[in-house]
Amino acid sequence: MVALTAEKQDQNLLSRMAAGDGHGENSAYFDGWKAYEENPFHPINRPDGVIQMGLAENQLCGDLMRKWVLEHPEASICTAEGVNQFSDIAIFQDYHGLPEFRQAVAKFMEKTRNNKVRFDPDRIVMSGGATGAHETVAFCLANPGEGFLVPTPYYPGFDRDLRWRTGVNLVPVTCHSSNGFKITVEALEAAYENARVSNIPVKGLLITNPSNPLGTTLDRDCLKSLVNFTNNKGIHLIADEIYAATTFGQSEFISVAEVIEEVPHCNRDLIHIVYSLSKDMGLPGLRVGIVYSYNDRVVQIARKMSSFGLVSSQTQHLIAKMLSDEDFVDEFIRKSKLRLAARHAELTTGLDGLGIGWLKAGAGLFIWMDLRNLLKTATFDSEMELWRVIVHKVKLNVSPGGSCHCNEPGWFRVCFANMDHKTMETALERIRVFTSQLEEESLKQTKPMAAPTMMAKKKMCWQSSLRLSFKDTRRFEEGFFSPHSPVPHSPLVRAQI
Amino acid sequence: MKQLSTKVTSNGHGQDSSYFLGWEEYEKNPYDEIKNPNGMIQMGLAENQLCFDLIESWLAKNPDAASLKRNGQSIFKELALFQDYHGMPEFKKAMAEFMEEIRGNRVTFNPKKIVLAAGSTSANETLMFCLAEPGDAFLLPTPYYPGFDRDLKWRTGAEIVPIHCSSSNGFQITESALQQAYQQAHKLGLKVKGVLVTNPSNPLGTALTRRELNLLVDFITSKNIHLISDEIYSGTMFGFEQFISVMDVLKDKKLENTDVSKRVHVVYSLSKDLGLPGFRVGAIYSNDDMIVSAATKMSSFGLVSSQTQYLLSALLSDKKFTSQYLEENQKRLKSRQKRLVSGLESAGITCLRSNAGLFCWVDMRHLLDTNTFEAELDLWKKIVYNVKLNISPGSSCHCTEPGWFRVCFANMSEDTLDLALKRLKTFVESTDCGRMISRSSHERLKSLRKKTVSNWVFRVSWSDRVPDER
Repeated sequence: MVALTAEKQDQNLLSRMAAGDGHGENSAYFDGWKAYEENPFHPINRPDGVIQMGLAENQLCGDLMRKWVLEHPEASICTAEGVNQFSDIAIFQDYHGLPEFRQAVAKFMEKTRNNKVRFDPDRIVMSGGATGAHETVAFCLANPGEGFLVPTPYYPGFDRDLRWRTGVNLVPVTCHSSNGFKITVEALEAAYENARVSNIPVKGLLITNPSNPLGTTLDRDCLKSLVNFTNNKGIHLIADEIYAATTFGQSEFISVAEVIEEVPHCNRDLIHIVYSLSKDMGLPGLRVGIVYSYNDRVVQIARKMSSFGLVSSQTQHLIAKMLSDEDFVDEFIRKSKLRLAARHAELTTGLDGLGIGWLKAGAGLFIWMDLRNLLKTATFDSEMELWRVIVHKVKLNVSPGGSCHCNEPGWFRVCFANMDHKTMETALERIRVFTSQLEEESLKQTKPMAAPTMMAKKKMCWQSSLRLSFKDTRRFEEGFFSPHSPVPHSPLVRAQI
Repeated sequence: MKQLSTKVTSNGHGQDSSYFLGWEEYEKNPYDEIKNPNGMIQMGLAENQLCFDLIESWLAKNPDAASLKRNGQSIFKELALFQDYHGMPEFKKAMAEFMEEIRGNRVTFNPKKIVLAAGSTSANETLMFCLAEPGDAFLLPTPYYPGFDRDLKWRTGAEIVPIHCSSSNGFQITESALQQAYQQAHKLGLKVKGVLVTNPSNPLGTALTRRELNLLVDFITSKNIHLISDEIYSGTMFGFEQFISVMDVLKDKKLENTDVSKRVHVVYSLSKDLGLPGFRVGAIYSNDDMIVSAATKMSSFGLVSSQTQYLLSALLSDKKFTSQYLEENQKRLKSRQKRLVSGLESAGITCLRSNAGLFCWVDMRHLLDTNTFEAELDLWKKIVYNVKLNISPGSSCHCTEPGWFRVCFANMSEDTLDLALKRLKTFVESTDCGRMISRSSHERLKSLRKKTVSNWVFRVSWSDRVPDER
């Protein structure tokens, strides 16, 4: 009998789930995070460190939050003003959640959808963040081996959240840059057929709206076509709407909740929303995830499952108080959108000035950057190579499109809402240096004598263009560098944090 | 094709059990001293409500922790963003030290081996996902906490095979019971991955003896399987004996840093010892790095709120507070348990001698009409609907002998406890008289009626419900 090595013995004692890769963290994508963790940027202590642009966090309104908390000690069950509620809240573990919490969350969800729909507090089910919500929905709607259709590119965490412990499959719905990555019925049908051929019974379609990583919102017609598609197939529609309040500028967010009112024949038992306060309110640490289902049985069972990830009653109490302060909430949403717009403009203006393309979108905490022209070959190997350069040499942790299952190499998700203005400037400067190095090398080969002067001029132009709102998106390969623009200073760009 | 998963359409959540039905009845008609004095008293909820005053007074003296500040400055923003699944280092350190203190500082816990979870509910499920394939089995001594049917089996697909314990030896775990359970699993075609024990036990209220712990460690060593020790009641030990953890036994047997120690895992929580179930603070402690790593990643599905981690790291780091709390907690639990036990005794009811926990394991076998679970359920229904006490029937805890009930004592005021005992005594006395009559034949019953017996005896019959009017 062959003796097992110690590691093999270990693995036999663990489940396949624990010993395997289902958590997704062995993906190369995490190398960027590791690089950041080993050498995180700090303006004073580590000015050469890696800048984290791979973390979709909304840090722009933390000051408003902090101020509210300081001004409302009664929202805490620990302060003198709130401690009379301590014991009641501390023992409250009812998986229905505090009624005032559910009411406040329902109200907030309505506000972030411009009050165009009503949400029933009794359908609000808690979960351990959106992470927990997605897993719960998967457990409720699908058996192991069954699948969900998911438009690409999609949030890499779905591979873990929806599949790891549930045994459910994800079947990609391929979207293309040729039409701005919009979801088409043809793509849906193709994916559905692929699943059939692979013997994966499709139980639902999962959309993220606004999209991560694209930052785009679905328009009304598209949403209707998705509702019709799922309705006709008798499959579920799960709408992850965690970025609902991050729309800015002209962008409008339309929730699936609104659209089903316009599709009267829609079977509402198939409609479910995943929500969270992590992005809209910038509170990922508080772990407030929500499953909102129009299916009574799903609400019932998801609620029982929520025992595995209830929201801390201390947090429920705080959130109930905070979200009931309608003046605060209105002001918060308004300011958040303004600040997001400003930081977005700062990044995109900078990229425009460098001739770097990005997908036009008006939501989310990131942009979908187009670096296809920088790839040596239109392959994912080439994308990984470029990404490693960006992480290790340019020292920016961005997310490569391959990690989001994008079908075209060369796209990168770049987050902008998790840093201050100075850090953003530093990041842009690093990108400028990088692209100009690339250009210099290219110029040296084509116009060796003129190269230094041309590069110096470009640097000046770029620095002044940073202060301007800029619309020219011509690509880098044309060798064009945007001139000083006549467009007046945008008030959004001047917004300060 | 079915639209919902089998997890939804089946009863795997276990909530159709009588354990949970009693709760639902309580929700419909909850006792309140002033507003609803005839309502149902909740004695089915293992909560520790005896020491909130200690925590509240600590909060008053520690305004920084109470208002999420550090050195007078609000750190709300930082807490709002903290979602690292490794957890707050200072919190894990404080948890580790608290766990050590409960064990008399005889053993050490490395904070890096602690994985935080959303309550022990989540911790136990996560461990199952890490250790068992669907269809694998864990052996559990009966009676056991009804929630395990959901926590260990529902979404994981794991199975539970009972280790039958009997009242003949105070429900202690024996070697033959362990072996029988192991063989039973094999007969059922199930691969046994480990044993899970609750120490101190829910529902028994007793701590495992050193003999039992040694037996368990020897058993898992010989079978090369895991041992999960759910020690969430470790801080509720109020007996003369000190709490012996499985970690003590590993140390005493010099098994630390061996392969065996890698297969022993402890589950902890602050829901019982500190009485904070709403805060959802659970933990897994494992010596196996791979398990710590996998469980840490899985904790993404149920992290502890950063706001809660911060508050509790400050609370548990205050050693003066923790030692005072543990001592006072134990005193109050002991006193409350004594009150329940003597109240039951005056009603002619005995309990398993307990030294821990928030409940007693009460022997009502003599009140059963027949030695069957049907009779137990009948008795339970009377106690719930007529006596208006929600207690947990032994069958819901998979006890193999009918007539045992778990009765909680730490989730109510003394007055409420006294009232509950009074109601129970009245019920028992009426039932006793009823039983006396039932021993006679039907004819003797008729002739008894002719005798001069106080009227109220005639209104009582074992086949009728005790009247609602009190």
